[in-house]
Parts: sequence; structure tokens; C-alpha cells
Amino acid sequence: MMPPAEDVLLAPEESGVATVVGSSSERTDGPAVVLRGLHKSFGSQIVLNGIDLTVASGETLAVLGRSGTGKSVLLKLIIGLEKPDSGSILIHGQEMIGLSLDSMNEIRKQMGFLFQHAALYDSLTVEQNVAFPLQRHTRMNSSEQRTRVRELLASVGMESDLNKMPSDISGGMQKRVGLARALALKPAILLLDEPTAGLDPITSGEIDELILKLQEEHDTASIVVTHDLHSAKTVADRIALLHEGNVLLDGTFKELEKSDDKFVLEFLKRDS
Amino acid sequence: MLTNDARIPRRWFSPDAEPPASFLRATSNSFWNLINLFLEWFGDLGLFVWQVMRMAVRRPFEGRELLRQLDEIGSKSLPVVALAGAAIGFVLSLESRSSLVRFGAKSMLPAALVYSIIHETGPIVTGLVVCGRVGAGIGAELGSMKVTEQIDAIEASGVNPYKFLAFTRIVACILMLPLLTLAADFCGVLFGWVAETMVEPVSFHRFVDQGFAGTSFSDFLAPTFRTTVFGLIIGTIGCFQGMSTKGGTAGVGLSATSSVVISSLFVILADVFLVKLILVFFS
Repeated sequence: MMPPAEDVLLAPEESGVATVVGSSSERTDGPAVVLRGLHKSFGSQIVLNGIDLTVASGETLAVLGRSGTGKSVLLKLIIGLEKPDSGSILIHGQEMIGLSLDSMNEIRKQMGFLFQHAALYDSLTVEQNVAFPLQRHTRMNSSEQRTRVRELLASVGMESDLNKMPSDISGGMQKRVGLARALALKPAILLLDEPTAGLDPITSGEIDELILKLQEEHDTASIVVTHDLHSAKTVADRIALLHEGNVLLDGTFKELEKSDDKFVLEFLKRDS
Repeated sequence: MLTNDARIPRRWFSPDAEPPASFLRATSNSFWNLINLFLEWFGDLGLFVWQVMRMAVRRPFEGRELLRQLDEIGSKSLPVVALAGAAIGFVLSLESRSSLVRFGAKSMLPAALVYSIIHETGPIVTGLVVCGRVGAGIGAELGSMKVTEQIDAIEASGVNPYKFLAFTRIVACILMLPLLTLAADFCGVLFGWVAETMVEPVSFHRFVDQGFAGTSFSDFLAPTFRTTVFGLIIGTIGCFQGMSTKGGTAGVGLSATSSVVISSLFVILADVFLVKLILVFFS
């Protein structure tokens, strides 16, 4: 059983985290993420065809859609791992497109990213993986780092696996360590790519609770890409349903359920 | 029947065969595709080198990762490089002995062995052994990091992967190759003496004295430091092939293989070029 999420969501002065530029404590007012007319193609395949989305601070947006509709690509565009063909990406009012690498890295420090397959560094232990962002972007000494890493790992129920290598733990456990790593710098924006995929229902529920708690305590804006409708219903304030490169529906889960669009009905029917 | 005419290649008249014009066009197209691929690869390599160089002059300088790579590339390659150097020295001594005895120049053996090891055998053997061990290792490690999104994760956390992964490995290769070459040279001379003393006992002191009699410090300097170029090649090609991996585990295998093949080829070509250059400037 995971310890309460409050344990890991201490204020910076309590947890010993040195202030990171743009961390949740330094966030400016206004929407956290604004996407305008975002286009992305790979060769002749159009993946995103003019996406418009806004995520307010403290809001959680779940992005749904069939496999291959560009949900993960959308997250990679937001964090700057992919470049859009056209359009605009504003993070707390700052345009990401055309930024220098140094400026982009400063903005990236405001974001935590959980990859679909966790993407843990396989030459580092679980503890070293979670400590990596702290070593790079904070002035914490090693004992402060250790304490923070233990708190984070405890919050995802992995405190007893500190010295294990990623290859020695299951996919679900890797996902939890990945989430702990994404939370290390107390990000203002959390990008979660399939956070509950491969996890048992109990752990999925605990991860959902953790996301909700983050939202409550720190006004963290989250974008959750998922196929798990139950998880989306639990954590998301809003749902964006992607279909054929466009946002087919942008609204609450209730609005999604009430929609009489053929694709939406089909999408919901498959899950029920 | 035309097809029975022995002077005309039968395949041109087979109903399935392409007509000559289209065959020539296809051949020429594949040739140009090959040239294009080659130029594209060089272009991408140039961009990669530019990215690494651009990041090299910025803080932080990744000292901790560089130390880790120095250990990984240097210390862990030492046993295999020493073994290769020893084997080459041993064989060279045995082979040279029979030739020199035939010409009545047996006493020249230590000098010939030392000259050969220092000038060519030591550096090139070290270069090729490191190509195999380190080139494949870097290609496979970075390739697997690429396909499992670990490189993306590094970038997403605000750390530049060109500096953190590539620059540190390239610098470690450049710094370690000359040291490994000295180790290979030492083992080569030592086991050359072992081979010689097995046939005709001679003290190591005397063997070394005779071997280094006509050798000056400058004889060491240029050949040993030419391996920094080998290090640059091995590190750059390994990192480039690894970081541009595509296509899952098959892609990782391809990156590891191509890192070894391409870096070995370039090390040999660089050796030819640098030997000529050294002869022009240092002889």
C-alpha cells in the first residue's frame, strides 16, 4: 500500500528541494499550456491537423483516441522532443517554437514527463534514476537528495527497491519509478503517457489518486494520454478526444457520454 | 531461334527479363541511390559533429560522466588490448626471427621488433581492438537507449544528450587510446622478449637496450598520438550510429555492427593518411 500522497507533496522548504526555475512554486498566472493550430506530419501521413487545446493551471486534461492518432506525439511536441510543422505552443505564456536550446531546457524543467514504457536509464539503479533530475537541476547535497528520492519512491510504493536495476523490476514497477522521477522537481506541468497501462487495478487507482492530489495541492496542470476510460473519468477535469488529426470533442466526461457522435459512441461502447 | 544463339546472352531474351534500356536505368538508379545514401550519411554525420562541438563549449562539462566513461572505455579495455599487444609481440618475434636468421641479421631482432611495434603494430592493433570492444559497445548502448526512449527522457529532463552521452564518450576515447597504445606497446615488447628468450635466452635488460638503441622519444610521440585520431573516429562513429538508431532491436544490432565496421574502416584509412603525414613532417 502506498503512503499518503501528502508525504511526497511537501512544500519546497519542508522537502528540502532547492527552487528550480519555473517549478510549480514559481508558476505564473494564466493557462499552463496553450496549443494553437498544431500540425504534424510524418512523411505523407498527417498525424495532427490543426490541434487547438488549452490546459489551465491545476487542470487535468485526458487525451483519448485510437492508437496512432498522435496522442503521444502531442506530448512530445509540448516538451519539445518533436518539432511541429506549424502552429504555436505556449507554456505559461512562453512560446516554445523557435526557442534556443538553453531556454527550452529551462522550460523543460517546469515539466515532468512519464514515458509510455517508463524509459528508465538502464545503467542506473532505481534510486539513481529518480535522483538524476535532482543532481542536474538542484543544489541539494547527497543526503538531501537521498531523502527526497526515498519520499518520492515511497509515494509510489517502491521504497524497498532502491538498489534494484530497472531490468530487475516489472513493467508496472518501472512505470511507478518513472512517475517518481517525473515528480522529482515538483513540476508545474505533468505530461503522462499511458500512466496506468500495465498496472494492476489497485496500483492504477493509487496512481490516479496521486495525480488528483498533485492537482489539489500544487495546482499542477496535467495532460494524461490514456486508453483507460475509468482512469480518465477519475483524474480528468476535461476530456479531449482525438480523431483523424483533429480534436473531435473537448469537454467533460459527462459531455463525452452524452455525445451522439458515431465515433464517440463506438469508442465508449468498446470500453463498456 | 534467337535464344539458341550462343553469342547473345540468353537472359536478355527471356520473357521475364527486363529490356536492356530499363536494366541500365535500374542499375544507374541504384548506383545514384547508393551515392545519395552515402552523401546523406556524411551530411548527417557532419550535423551530429556540429551539435556535439556546439555543446562542448557550454557548461556543465559533465566531469562525473566523463570519469565514468574513462573507466568504461580505458580501464575495461586494458586487458583485451594488453592481450592483443602481447600476442602480436610474441608472433612478430617468432616470425621475424626466422627471416632475420636467414639474412644473418639475428642481432637486429630486438630493434626490428620495437620499431615495428611502436611505429605501426601497437597503434593499429589498439585502434582495431578498441573499435571492436568500444565501438560496438557504444553503438549498442546508445542504440538501445534510443529505441527505449531513454535519450528522449534525458532530453525531456533538460539535459543535452549530445553533451551528456556523445561528448563524454568521444573525449574518453580520445584520451584513452594513446594510453592503451602504450600498454599494447609494452606488452608487445615484453612478449617479444619472452618468445625470443624461449628460443635463445637473453636478459630483458639487454633485449630492451638493443631494441631501443636506435629509437628516440620522437619515434614514440607521433605514432602514439596518432591514436587520438583513432579515438576521435571510434567515439564519433559509435555515438552517431547509436544515436541515429531506428527500428527496435534489429536496429540496435545494426548500429553495433555498423559502428564496428565503419570505425574500423575509417581507422585503417586514417592510419594510411597519418603515416604518410608523419613521414613527411617527422622523418
